[in-house]
Amino acid sequence: MGLDIRLPIGIIFVVYGLILIVFGLLTDPAIFARSLSVNIDLWWGAAMLIFGLFMGGLALRASRQNRP
Amino acid sequence: MHPQFVDYTIIAIYFVFVLGIGFALRGRMKTSEDFFLSGRSIPGWITGLAFMSANLGALEVMGHAANAAKYGMFVNHFYWLAAMPAMCFVGVFMMPFYYGSKVRSVPEFLKRRYDEKTRTLNALSFAVMTLLVSGVDLYAMAILFQRLLNWPFWTSVVASALVVAIYIYLGGLTSSIYNEVLQFFLIVFGFLPLAILGLKAVGGFAGLQAKLPNAGYAHTWANIWRADMNPMGINWFGTIFGLGFVLSFGYWCTDFLVIQRGLAAKDMPAAQRTPLIAAVPKMFFPLMVILPGLVAISYEPVRQLLWDPAKSQYNYNQALPAMLGSLYPSGLLGIGLTALLASFMSGMAGNVTAFNTVWTFDIYQTHINPGKPDRHYLMMGKLATVFAVAAGILTAFIVLQFNNLMDYLQLLFAFFNAPLFGTFLLGMFWKRTSAHSGFWGLLSGIFAGAVHYALYHYKMITYPSDMAANFYQAIVAFVVCFVVTIVVTFFTEPRKEAELVGLVYSLTPKPRNQDLPWYERPGILAVGILGLCVVLNIIFW
Repeated sequence: MGLDIRLPIGIIFVVYGLILIVFGLLTDPAIFARSLSVNIDLWWGAAMLIFGLFMGGLALRASRQNRP
Repeated sequence: MHPQFVDYTIIAIYFVFVLGIGFALRGRMKTSEDFFLSGRSIPGWITGLAFMSANLGALEVMGHAANAAKYGMFVNHFYWLAAMPAMCFVGVFMMPFYYGSKVRSVPEFLKRRYDEKTRTLNALSFAVMTLLVSGVDLYAMAILFQRLLNWPFWTSVVASALVVAIYIYLGGLTSSIYNEVLQFFLIVFGFLPLAILGLKAVGGFAGLQAKLPNAGYAHTWANIWRADMNPMGINWFGTIFGLGFVLSFGYWCTDFLVIQRGLAAKDMPAAQRTPLIAAVPKMFFPLMVILPGLVAISYEPVRQLLWDPAKSQYNYNQALPAMLGSLYPSGLLGIGLTALLASFMSGMAGNVTAFNTVWTFDIYQTHINPGKPDRHYLMMGKLATVFAVAAGILTAFIVLQFNNLMDYLQLLFAFFNAPLFGTFLLGMFWKRTSAHSGFWGLLSGIFAGAVHYALYHYKMITYPSDMAANFYQAIVAFVVCFVVTIVVTFFTEPRKEAELVGLVYSLTPKPRNQDLPWYERPGILAVGILGLCVVLNIIFW
């Protein structure tokens, strides 16, 4: 249908991943008491970033192959 | 709850993307087929995830977490006993008829197989049910965000309804399906940390088993044999036949909300794979809803939040939100709230797209205004979208009058969904089934469900729990529909076999999958899924 849904998914996950990583690094570590002293923002942000890059990469590869 | 600026930013970004997908697709809706069926052009993995996501509404996510906190792992049956076999069955055996006959909706299939009155009965009941259900998602979301974040009830109802209306109006089913795929991944990433942090909080799976209210909580099958041994009060017959057969097959195999995603697939193998691909994440979804529900009742800080001292009982419906609030720090909390929003919106959008299709093709084009150019029906579909969303807002107000969400929903499902599977089963697999029998079978099934409900409501018959009443009501409606259809068939003319090619199993050439690689063949995928499912049942018996 022309729009490759993997691209917007990739972008939003990269954006969310970066937000979580930056926030996890800069914020007061006291807020992680509730997540059992795990900096879950940092770790989960990294996981979302990797997933976003993976989806975006698939979309870019597909668009290159379709180009003549 | 303790949301900060970063959490609101994350939620705002989500709205931008959801609307952006609608805008990106707005120029592509040229025919009614584009708008209602995505031009039958979508790859299987996308329709598969959308199939899964359209089902992930408010009840699915919050309701099963609540059930798990209340009943324990018994709730796994909704996934491994109910959903898995039905999803495999619809993919392998039923999708060839739905997709191969080129019908545009489930009621249209009934017209081809039976007759116009059967279709109209189903179209009307489906349209009414869909409108009433779409309000539930709105209502549940608004109540939740009112409690968690102090957002005014009507503001969140109208704002999220507006967003759903805009993206479907612009991009039709394609927009809904693409958004459902995005929503699927957000739901997974939003809830998975609950399982991870939850297990850590109670000291792993062994710690969880030790902290559960009783040992039965940690078993799926161990308490099934007698109704007085499990908290749902349902014996093996009610569970296996009522839930595992009638309710689950009735939902997964005939509800247009999910079938429509399969019809949008680009070819027959993709259509058949749609429910099978959906079955894989569905199988592991207990990890994301049932496990957090179990942790909620075992982990002291969360359990205290659920305790309602005024009524001196647990408020199980708050299990999932309480887990989010207790374990998620700011940042991740934004992702978790976005996942909740995504599940409500995907559930509602599924209802809206199914409604606008059935309304436009099966009611408006058939009975009100036939023979117009295609553009006219495309416009009607867009108007129906706006109407469905507005009606959803109104039904949210009706739901507000009911004190129990589950009562309201089961009232609807038991009337309309359960008998329909009898009509389909006989129609697709017994060529003798006559044209008239479908209508009378369906009507008497709906009527029998209504009688059963009235008897239960006025306490003429009693069950140990509402859930047991629902299962038996489904069984009654199904059996009556099934028997009446057979009896009427013997007193009426059969249809000519030539008219039934492509609609009945024995008269339809089997789809040939020999040239597909093994991992794309529906039969092999289904066997693999069911095998894995058996393993999960054994591990968590």
